[in-house]
Amino acid sequence: MSARDAILGRLRTNRPAGEFPLPDVPTFAPLVGGDLVAEFAERLGKMGGRVEQAGGADPFATVRSRLDGAQVIASAVPEFVGNRDLGAVRKPGDLADVDVAVVRARFGVAETGSVLFTEGDLIVNSVAYLAQHLIVLLDPADIVVNIQAAYKRPDFAHAAYAVFHTGPSATADIEGVLIHGAQGVRSLTVLLLQRKKQAA
Amino acid sequence: MSADDLTPRQTGDMLHREVRAPSDESERGPGGERLQHAEAASKPIRADAPREPQPRGAKVRGNRPIDQAEAAERFLAAPLHQKAHDERLWDVRRKRDVAAHGIPEWEELRELASQIKTHTLTHLDRYLEQFEAAARANGVQVHWAEDGAAHNRIVLDILQKHGAKSLVKSKSMLTEECGFRHFMAAHDIEIIETDLGERIQQLDDEEPSHVVMPAVHKTRIDVAEVFARTLGTDPDNDDAHYLAESQRETTRPLILKADAGLTGCNFAIAETGTVVTCTNEGNADLSGNVPPLQIHSIGIEKLIPRVEHLGVFIRLLSRSALGSPITQYTSHFRGPRPGTEMHMVLVDNGRSERLGMEEFWTSLKCIRCGACMNTCPVYRRSGGLSYGATYSGPIGLIIDPTFNKRKYSTLPFSSTMNGSCTNVCPVKINIHEQIFAWRKVLAEEHQIPLLKQGMMKAAGAVLSRPAAYRAAIQTADSALRVLPRFAVYNPANTWGKKREMPHAPHQSFHAWYRQNRMKKGSDA
Repeated sequence: MSARDAILGRLRTNRPAGEFPLPDVPTFAPLVGGDLVAEFAERLGKMGGRVEQAGGADPFATVRSRLDGAQVIASAVPEFVGNRDLGAVRKPGDLADVDVAVVRARFGVAETGSVLFTEGDLIVNSVAYLAQHLIVLLDPADIVVNIQAAYKRPDFAHAAYAVFHTGPSATADIEGVLIHGAQGVRSLTVLLLQRKKQAA
Repeated sequence: MSADDLTPRQTGDMLHREVRAPSDESERGPGGERLQHAEAASKPIRADAPREPQPRGAKVRGNRPIDQAEAAERFLAAPLHQKAHDERLWDVRRKRDVAAHGIPEWEELRELASQIKTHTLTHLDRYLEQFEAAARANGVQVHWAEDGAAHNRIVLDILQKHGAKSLVKSKSMLTEECGFRHFMAAHDIEIIETDLGERIQQLDDEEPSHVVMPAVHKTRIDVAEVFARTLGTDPDNDDAHYLAESQRETTRPLILKADAGLTGCNFAIAETGTVVTCTNEGNADLSGNVPPLQIHSIGIEKLIPRVEHLGVFIRLLSRSALGSPITQYTSHFRGPRPGTEMHMVLVDNGRSERLGMEEFWTSLKCIRCGACMNTCPVYRRSGGLSYGATYSGPIGLIIDPTFNKRKYSTLPFSSTMNGSCTNVCPVKINIHEQIFAWRKVLAEEHQIPLLKQGMMKAAGAVLSRPAAYRAAIQTADSALRVLPRFAVYNPANTWGKKREMPHAPHQSFHAWYRQNRMKKGSDA
């Protein structure tokens, strides 16, 4: 007998007696106020990230110092031209020298300050972890109220890879001292910038 | 202070220019406030100098019963470690309370989580078949392992087919259960742990002492010693930033050149064939997204039916574990990257047998948050390694004996039965009741050591006869006054250490009632 059949057989034999129906999950009332952008920003701040407004003449004015200090910038968005072409990356590890990655979040979550990326948003998944710093473009209209609402989005059924980032990589494994940049990015900055309208 | 304002640190080439100076402590938010997310302590918990050797875990001798009390005694004899450990975990427990109280529907979420898990476990054959079909449709290669040895052989086979010699992995209690690292070392495969705490433990050749914070029993001085010995860091520099950065800089080249990556699994979604991992470091995402070969090891009890159920579990997990609203990364792996292979290994290793244990099967609901460990007075004062088993603390007491009744026969006695573990469990496992049930099972099967049998018999004889109990109390005012030094503080009773029993009242309630209420009653 295969391991599969043996395991499934034991699960059937050992099934506990009784009815154990799957409960309906009610829609819980949001724990955040009506200003989703403010709620998102406050919560992301508590998780070690930060939120910046887009500038008028230069949308990237508020993160310009970060960008100017970088030697290698990988951009996955049309709004910013970097100097490392993500479309030409041969293997994921080649992005280890990226100083700043600029990516766009599919949506944000006000309850936790999270942003979601899929493989389509990142072009190369590893860039969101190997870069030293992450700049995330987020359309304020793309913020959902809470995690429950987030999981009703279709992205999770379709994407090969989907990930919530809530602040930068962090650890406190040594005596509880919080450190950003444990293995992944040292900082995560969300830049509130509307999506460019798709050409009809 | 933000990362922008950092003064570059001048300590040679190894460290990144943005690592802050040794005097700095935890990260700050934009307003200068001390941040509290991830495993962060709410206040500095710095073990005092001078140096104190780290107490080591239980002595494991083959199949012989683990002497948890002996290891606990050595932990207690290291007061700096004991105090730092106790304070650190109690701090996490308090953060958990604050996070839980911030959600009005917390109790409803616990009940829902419990019911979803109970339902899934009682229909697990169906959900596993659904998961397998979905994963295959996603282009994933699915494997089934009856036990830990089979898991290790399957992974080795995958690695050998690809000529892979090195593997980076994220923390996974399942692979600890399987003895994965030791097996792979014997087959000349280099395994690199990428969670900082787990990496510390790997370099020190120790098991993780906690399911979420593997090196929580170590002080920074211990870590400095381990890293000096294994990574060549400055032995006199115990700055946490320096130590963490040294680990990052030495691990990253290993991640970049690894032939394969492996993660564990927090939740597996039957409807979509998705593996979900929750980490603070992003190391599961590095393991899954950098090497050309990707493997996910899944305990079969990790299944949940649908994506929408994550809306319940994700809200519970990190709040219960660390008091943080969510982990920094919540990652959903569903299909392979173009040009690479993704493998998923479904591992039983005793779970299907446990499902048939009437009193113990609901322990399979566990989502490995560690809340029961943080709240447990025995765990906090004895350290996770004192249990000599993969799973420590209250959840360990009820899971470990299912793996080996003889070896872990003493563990269910390492409990005060205060029930706090049950109260904080996000999936409502009746942990303390199962601990008690295990004591009965082990007694009936004669797995209890003679000393504990004697203590239980003596206690049972007194407690089961109210008249004898009252007589015992009357003769010396209080049971606590006669029993303490003998029964409460004897070496077999680990949790009596470092805790003074409350002063017994001069008059027992029973005597007081007789003297006052009954007399008053007769006066009236």
